Amino acid sequence: MTALSALLAVPHVGFILAAYGVTAAVLGGTVAALVLDRRRQTRRLRRFDPRGRGAAGR
Amino acid sequence: MMALANPANFMRISGRLLPWLAATTAVCLLVGLILALVVAPPDYQQGETVRIMFIHVPAAWVASLCYMVMTGAALGTLVWRHPLADAAQKAAAPLGAAFTFTCLVTGSLWGKPMWGTYWVWDARLTSVLVLFLIYLGLIGLWQAIEEPGRAARAAAIMTLVGVVNIPIVKFSVDWWNTLHQPASVFRMGGPALDPSMLWPLLVMAAGFSLLFATLHLYAIRTEVLRRRLRRLMLNAAVPAAATTFAIVEAAP
Repeated sequence: MTALSALLAVPHVGFILAAYGVTAAVLGGTVAALVLDRRRQTRRLRRFDPRGRGAAGR
Repeated sequence: MMALANPANFMRISGRLLPWLAATTAVCLLVGLILALVVAPPDYQQGETVRIMFIHVPAAWVASLCYMVMTGAALGTLVWRHPLADAAQKAAAPLGAAFTFTCLVTGSLWGKPMWGTYWVWDARLTSVLVLFLIYLGLIGLWQAIEEPGRAARAAAIMTLVGVVNIPIVKFSVDWWNTLHQPASVFRMGGPALDPSMLWPLLVMAAGFSLLFATLHLYAIRTEVLRRRLRRLMLNAAVPAAATTFAIVEAAP
């Protein structure tokens, strides 16, 4: 509670937290989008390349 | 470098490199965040708000760095017509857009308490907004043209045209009278920042650059898989189309 009160007492803390939050959300979202895209491509590639060589990325 | 130019070699080498690069990125960002949020002192004028600098400035640097990488890839596409250059260019555009968006939003959130406004149409802010729009335009161009070779050449030309904006972004604060402060790290006479703030900033900049390198490698690998899939689908479609054509031809 004391730590939270100290944090909230920092001037403009909302702007600082929002800046770090937006950065985490945008960069985290980018990572998630890339991982999901990779999974989708790998799944589709396995369907066309049953031996899995393509999906393995070799 | 030449070994990497072959897509098969690229997939093999980047596959080994990627886990190490990701681990180094995570460590660098963790150390950078501790330095930025805990170790660095508050600024004598801006107070704790200066902590936004440790994400805003690296995001701005990587936004421009990404465009320079895309420019190199665009030359690779147009001059050497290398398929990996196409893939590198296509993979970089969404990353550049993400870092530029981060730069714009964090700058806005820093501007409100320091300048009293979220946005002004000064040369630095406007040129970064233009950079963001160029990234969106390039993503749209890749989506709009179905044939990858044509899309790559069109995007490469647009990238080379758009590179004129990069020196404008960099030198806008020197060429025009802007609300945005002038360069305080890469400038004549050395950095204007105190080392207690400069080092956290440099570590965060290294972390953001490594993050870009990791995500870019990962995205290029996905792009290579996408192209392999497209080739397999075309190969599967051509005999089917030939059979259909033969049936239609043979019909009375």
